[in-house]
Amino acid sequence: MPIETVNLSFSYSKGTPFEQEVLHDIDFQIKDGEFVGLIGPTRSGKTTFAQHLNALYIPQSGRVIVDGLDTADKHTDLVYLRHRVGYVFQNPDYQLFAPTVGEDIAFGPLNQKLDRNEVENRVRVAMDQVGLDYDTFHDRDIYALSGGQKRRAAIAGVLACKPKALILDDITTGLDPRGRDDILRIINILHREQNITIIFISSSMDEAAVLAERIVIINQGKIIMDDKPRRILEKIDELRYLGLELPEVSMIMEKLRRVGYKLPSDIICVEEAIGAIAAALREGGGQ
Amino acid sequence: MENNLIEATNLSYAYRSATGPAVKALDGVSINVRRGEMVAITGRNGSGKSTLARHFNGLLMPSAGRVLINGLLTTEKKNIPIIRRAVGMVFQNPDNQLISSIVEEDIAFGPENLGVPQEEIRTRVDHALQVMELESLRFEAPNHLSEGQKQLVAIAGVLAMQPECIILDEPTAHLDPRGRRDVIESVLRLNKEEGITIVWLTHFMNEAAKFNRMLIMDSGSIVMEGSPRYIFRRGSEIAAYGLDLPVTTCLAAGLHRQGFNIRPDITDPEELVNSLCLLKQ
Repeated sequence: MPIETVNLSFSYSKGTPFEQEVLHDIDFQIKDGEFVGLIGPTRSGKTTFAQHLNALYIPQSGRVIVDGLDTADKHTDLVYLRHRVGYVFQNPDYQLFAPTVGEDIAFGPLNQKLDRNEVENRVRVAMDQVGLDYDTFHDRDIYALSGGQKRRAAIAGVLACKPKALILDDITTGLDPRGRDDILRIINILHREQNITIIFISSSMDEAAVLAERIVIINQGKIIMDDKPRRILEKIDELRYLGLELPEVSMIMEKLRRVGYKLPSDIICVEEAIGAIAAALREGGGQ
Repeated sequence: MENNLIEATNLSYAYRSATGPAVKALDGVSINVRRGEMVAITGRNGSGKSTLARHFNGLLMPSAGRVLINGLLTTEKKNIPIIRRAVGMVFQNPDNQLISSIVEEDIAFGPENLGVPQEEIRTRVDHALQVMELESLRFEAPNHLSEGQKQLVAIAGVLAMQPECIILDEPTAHLDPRGRRDVIESVLRLNKEEGITIVWLTHFMNEAAKFNRMLIMDSGSIVMEGSPRYIFRRGSEIAAYGLDLPVTTCLAAGLHRQGFNIRPDITDPEELVNSLCLLKQ
């Protein structure tokens, strides 16, 4: 299910003295089954952009085409479209509203007018996909969940609508290291096994660099880079100019290169870095 | 020990639950924080670190054990105003802490409430703005600031109350990498230049690595305590508590394991680069 934007622009308070341009003439395509990291500093416009992709915003100018459907066309069924492109918000408290986990996850499928058995089935499958045990959590009060469990419940609620694409808006914020690893593993499996298109929004490059096949960098409402993670991380000076912090590994690799280490420019994880430094040291007789 | 600003002894706390049995969030915790010290408290979600921190300015009262702030019991009602003046709190989400529509008014709110005279308020606000390097944002509306800047304003607001100690509960959790760096650097400066005692809660290990002393909490107890170097030498123990080594330490430890002459407990990226630089020659 391809998603495309053509000349997409958007301003807050348009037509008033407080008008503030958020998105400027964005052309963007995402192919079926891609895993894209959408990265940008705070207030770069990335969330506003992403919320156009499932018609939470309708373009003021330009077009957004999802699976051939124009979101601004009044014949387009926006409810259907939002079920096809699921959106997981940064704060799960904005997304969860039913009293119990099971009721919350069932909300989408019930809205799709599915019969009881099918709804039940969707809830079971979705809970299984995010690793929430059905018997333990189905009747659990939303407020009795931990931060990580809330994220999972929020993702399950979106998955229960059987989306073809998932937009994940800074979903690891506030999670501890294991909680974050769990969520990232779940996302990776959904992508690999179900071929779900993933748009992974983040203000830092660390997670996207390792997970995504493609990174799109957005700044001041424009897409300014669009490439494979390794290629993006090579452009250290440009990234720094944008105020985007490099992953710690990349930062250390750069410093080592400055002091004369010969290291590949496209290292993205600790294991690769250890291997490369060890190789450079052995070659230089540093042992 | 009159050097201790915070003294918690055998502190236990149980959350009451409407349905099930009470949940024990702290289980016999003892900890002292000296005046002028900076301590990082880490631990996975639910390990009890926030519950512990909320005892340090009387937001929570112990179920058992006791907490002394400057020698004053937190359970004595008359001590609470004095304790809250001595120990300021900064929370995860700055939006919960900012209330005014202009930055300088927000910072003045605390001292105004304390009944500080106008002139003195002005001096305090100026000082807080200057220390936090926020002078250029003085007349801005907080909702026009980035999350990182908002957090700096929240800290400035606490600073204007002239506390002896500031407790920051995961103050960088919602920030982007630049905001995170700005906030931790200004807090380290507050400790160094203003002598304010800092208690910093986080699960980012590279933040904890910047402190002199760190604690790891798990299931309501303090399970490890020491310098970051001491703690990061014990990678597998940390992993059992659901935490990761900082990237720098992972690299150092990995190279050490491969037989290179590198300390496995390096926490500072600069130090790692310098050691590798020496090794290369």
